[in-house]
Amino acid sequence: MIDNPDILRQQTHSEKRTIAVLVNNEPGVLARVIGLFSGRGYNIESLTVTEVDPENRLSRITVVTSGTPMILEQIKAQLGRLVPVHTVSDLTVSGPYVERELALIKVRGAGEKRVEALRIADIFKARVVDASHEHFVFEMTGKTDKLDAFVALMRPLGLIDVSRTGVVAIQRGAEGLQA
Amino acid sequence: MSSEKMSGAEMVIQALRDQGVDTIFGYPGGAVLPIYDALFKQNSLRHILVRHEQAAVHAAEGYARSTGKVGAVLVTSGPGATNAVTGLTDALMDSIPIVCLTGQVPTHLIGNDAFQEADTTGITRPCTKHNYLVKTIEELPRTMHEAFYVARSGRPGPVVVDLPKDILQASGDYIERESIQHRSYNPQTTGDHRQVEQAVEIFAKARKPIIYAGGGVINSGDEASELLIEFTRMTGAPITNTLMGLGAYPGTDPQFLGMLGMHGTYEANHAMHDCDVMLAVGARFDDRVTGRLTAFSPGSKKIQIDIDPSSINKNVVVDVPVVGDVAEVLRAMIAMWKERRHKLDKKALDGWWEQIGAWRGRDCLHYEQKGEIIKPQYAIERLYELTKDQAPYISTEVGQHQMWAAQFFKFNSPNRWMTSGGLGTMGYGLPAAMGVQVAHPDALVIDVAGEASILMNMQEMSTLVQYRLPVKIFIVNNQWMGMVRQWQELLHGERYSESYSDSLPDFVKLAEAYGAVGLRATKPGELDDKIKEMLDVRRPVIFDCCVDQTENCFPMIPSGAAHNEMLLGPNDRAASPVSEEGMVLV
Repeated sequence: MIDNPDILRQQTHSEKRTIAVLVNNEPGVLARVIGLFSGRGYNIESLTVTEVDPENRLSRITVVTSGTPMILEQIKAQLGRLVPVHTVSDLTVSGPYVERELALIKVRGAGEKRVEALRIADIFKARVVDASHEHFVFEMTGKTDKLDAFVALMRPLGLIDVSRTGVVAIQRGAEGLQA
Repeated sequence: MSSEKMSGAEMVIQALRDQGVDTIFGYPGGAVLPIYDALFKQNSLRHILVRHEQAAVHAAEGYARSTGKVGAVLVTSGPGATNAVTGLTDALMDSIPIVCLTGQVPTHLIGNDAFQEADTTGITRPCTKHNYLVKTIEELPRTMHEAFYVARSGRPGPVVVDLPKDILQASGDYIERESIQHRSYNPQTTGDHRQVEQAVEIFAKARKPIIYAGGGVINSGDEASELLIEFTRMTGAPITNTLMGLGAYPGTDPQFLGMLGMHGTYEANHAMHDCDVMLAVGARFDDRVTGRLTAFSPGSKKIQIDIDPSSINKNVVVDVPVVGDVAEVLRAMIAMWKERRHKLDKKALDGWWEQIGAWRGRDCLHYEQKGEIIKPQYAIERLYELTKDQAPYISTEVGQHQMWAAQFFKFNSPNRWMTSGGLGTMGYGLPAAMGVQVAHPDALVIDVAGEASILMNMQEMSTLVQYRLPVKIFIVNNQWMGMVRQWQELLHGERYSESYSDSLPDFVKLAEAYGAVGLRATKPGELDDKIKEMLDVRRPVIFDCCVDQTENCFPMIPSGAAHNEMLLGPNDRAASPVSEEGMVLV
């Protein structure tokens, strides 16, 4: 809960937040979360989910969303009251955190363009995970904007396909998310 | 923990019993036949056969709202479940605890477009607090118990348990109800000490306070109402109730300003607008209550007590949020108030009451009963006067009659008032009254209805007659969808598009066709006698009260207007055209 109500009253600009949600891994839980966003008209910029604790059947959802401070407070409260939700953590406001995304990028080409693609991949520390005389598949991890930049550079060099995971994030420091 | 082999259907019945359910409202069908078979073989659980599944949910809502218990519903797969959706949404909006059991095709047919298959958990996900599809017999008993826990805990709401037919026929070990420590859902009920303290300190400094209490007080239980009364009397502050909160504070008490909001009283809305400290108790700043948000109570510090954190700062930003159960938080506030020997500034409070007295002097509910046509307000006021000694349970449909009932009935205790507040479901009142009468067989239960709404669930007359439920249906019959007509008159140039109730049945004959009693009043002079006649009948009655067709519901805050821009009557309207912004609002 926000301490200063004036922040909610006065700020009408949209902010971006990365929110981690720990949920029971049960049927329909993802539909509940996604339905909440679509039903109430909130934005989803990225959403990832997978089981992180098989023993306790817990999954972790990382959602990147945007809205005014009042909407963001509402998103967190709405997530928090879903029955299978354990914890909602706003990583953006709760301190420093690490944010990563993985992408697989397929580029087709020959000659100078092909060499250029490989050269840029090297600069970006992308790995080649599949190759033929006609194409490369690069694997790359990093922050979203780095992936965006790499994809943009590949476009004139024969970009064919992009598959991205969406953002995963974790708080820095020794503390973890409590179930 | 004891266990014995049981069929899934028997487990369902056993779990209902263990959860204290004595009555279930339902309608059979192929997928739930095993449960109906198990029902047949026992005597402790009563089944009320409705005539439409929507009515089963509304009846369970009436049952729940009037008893404080969880309402139970049993419907079949496919159309049984989809028909229940309106009722479930209604219960979600008004925070009514319901467990709705839906049949489902056998697990191996799910997803095959089988006969009477619907994706019930998919369809009901956004209109329930939570839902379950039971896929194994092992998880059935725990799921049943958990469903009840979720329905009644925190902010109550409807829960669906979808039961495939093969699970109902399978056999397994029953698990008795245990104290559930839910893995993830454990709502906070005790208010944060620091926030309770802030709330008390801010309220103590108020010069023009108001308490704004809603349905959350009633959901919290009788004690919450008692504590609300204690706090209000102790502080001497004025109090208003939302539509859902009526009865939370005694309606005849001098500190009560009446209902607030779109058709609330002049004094309640003006007090909300001009107050310097507002204490919201179990109320959610709904758009019918706030009017134009940017003009809502501009000068006040706002304190909000709510068990649902998402109700706080949703529409209106508050200064002191207190997340917790109303009763617990009020108890803490009262204790602290006494301990610190707080008193509101007497002089300021007297001045505030003087101002409120001036607003009251406008007599905003005034109407004139003259001539030979019954005014709808007069009809409802007479109904109230002639029944108030019996502390009746009142349900309503949706529209003008609902607002007049809210304005003219005074409820002195909670759980007496059943109305569809959030969803505004026409057709709610009759089945809800039915559920109330089942729970309180000897009480006077009246559905204040409109002639349009009542036709939406008219089939339930059969249910009333079958179970000898002496519900009184008081139709305020103006031959129009009155609220639609009112908006068309005020906002759409008197173009009455499709709002006339044409080809109405003869309600007296209709009642008789069902085997009930029909009465009609058309003149003010005969109204009292006819109402008394209705009250003397120990059978279901349809009372066709023919009223003035042109009467509108006032006072009114037009869409997009502020609390202090109320229309008090028909003569007010020329002065206040509705803004374009207001026109798009519902």
